[in-house]
Amino acid sequence: MQRIDALRIMHSDIDADIVVTIMGAVAAELYSLGHRKNFFYLQHAMGLASSMGLGLALSKPKKRVIVLDGDGSLLMNLGSLSTVAWHAPKNLIHVVFDNQSLLSVGGFPTATSAGSDLAGIAQKSGYLHAITVQSIEDFTSAWRQARELKELSMIVAKVDATGPKSFLMDLPLLENRFQFQRWLKEE
Amino acid sequence: MSALPETWLVHLINMAEADPDTTLVRLTREEEAIGISAGAHLAGVRSALLMQNHGFLAAINPIVSLAFLYKIPLLMLISYRGHMGERDPWQTQGGRFTEPVLKALDIPYDLLTDPKDVERQITEGQTLAESSLTPVALLLSRQLMWEA
Repeated sequence: MQRIDALRIMHSDIDADIVVTIMGAVAAELYSLGHRKNFFYLQHAMGLASSMGLGLALSKPKKRVIVLDGDGSLLMNLGSLSTVAWHAPKNLIHVVFDNQSLLSVGGFPTATSAGSDLAGIAQKSGYLHAITVQSIEDFTSAWRQARELKELSMIVAKVDATGPKSFLMDLPLLENRFQFQRWLKEE
Repeated sequence: MSALPETWLVHLINMAEADPDTTLVRLTREEEAIGISAGAHLAGVRSALLMQNHGFLAAINPIVSLAFLYKIPLLMLISYRGHMGERDPWQTQGGRFTEPVLKALDIPYDLLTDPKDVERQITEGQTLAESSLTPVALLLSRQLMWEA
């Protein structure tokens, strides 16, 4: 599965949702599909997208929050899974693109390449719904299900370790930050 | 309010839990708190962080690469272990570096010692954090927190 195909499926559904994405290929590909004011690209602080998502989900319980994470990022903050699951915000969908590598920084393998099972870890941390999908068809149905479920859920999408040619985004960090905050204020 | 417990913070954490207007988020590590507060701030919700100075030291990278980078205000209430009067040997090293690290990071901070000044100092810290969009630290001293 290509990550951008999964992002394309999601992109048409998430215009009213709060979206937080990690840096690197995920941010660049989401941006390439068309930026929206409700997208926040966390361009550093690896691992904290799910923590930000928790803060947003608890603060805006009536809005759906989508966290776009990666295997390398999530492995840097596994404790977040326990913290998120403890609160289990019903409005949070945690999508993890697992390419089994640190693609944006040299392509070195991560522990998921040796069998670490992020959906399994999430389940045992208290996520009631966590699934691993291999194909775009399975991703699409898992995504639709998660949206209908209205419960804390995780989808781990096994994706190819390929990314965009360029990670450049014509959007300064602070412009993104204040635009996102203003959009949240108006919602 | 996000928190990791330590002995000095027990009462504050219990108060946060008992307050119906406060959501208490119990952390596994202090780094998480920077992300949670960033999310809350962008969504228009005020937050505070309760941690020990060793936890502050653990959270330096996200303070730099999230709070500074994205101009996120933080109100950090930090129990100041390891300074004069400390009996626990394991707390003594963090006490030596807390203020030097705050100064190196140019984080405004205040020392809380007298209960009659605490409310004003916390309010002022919050005001500065929000107007400057930067982290602010309030050091909870032995004098304030511990009767021994």
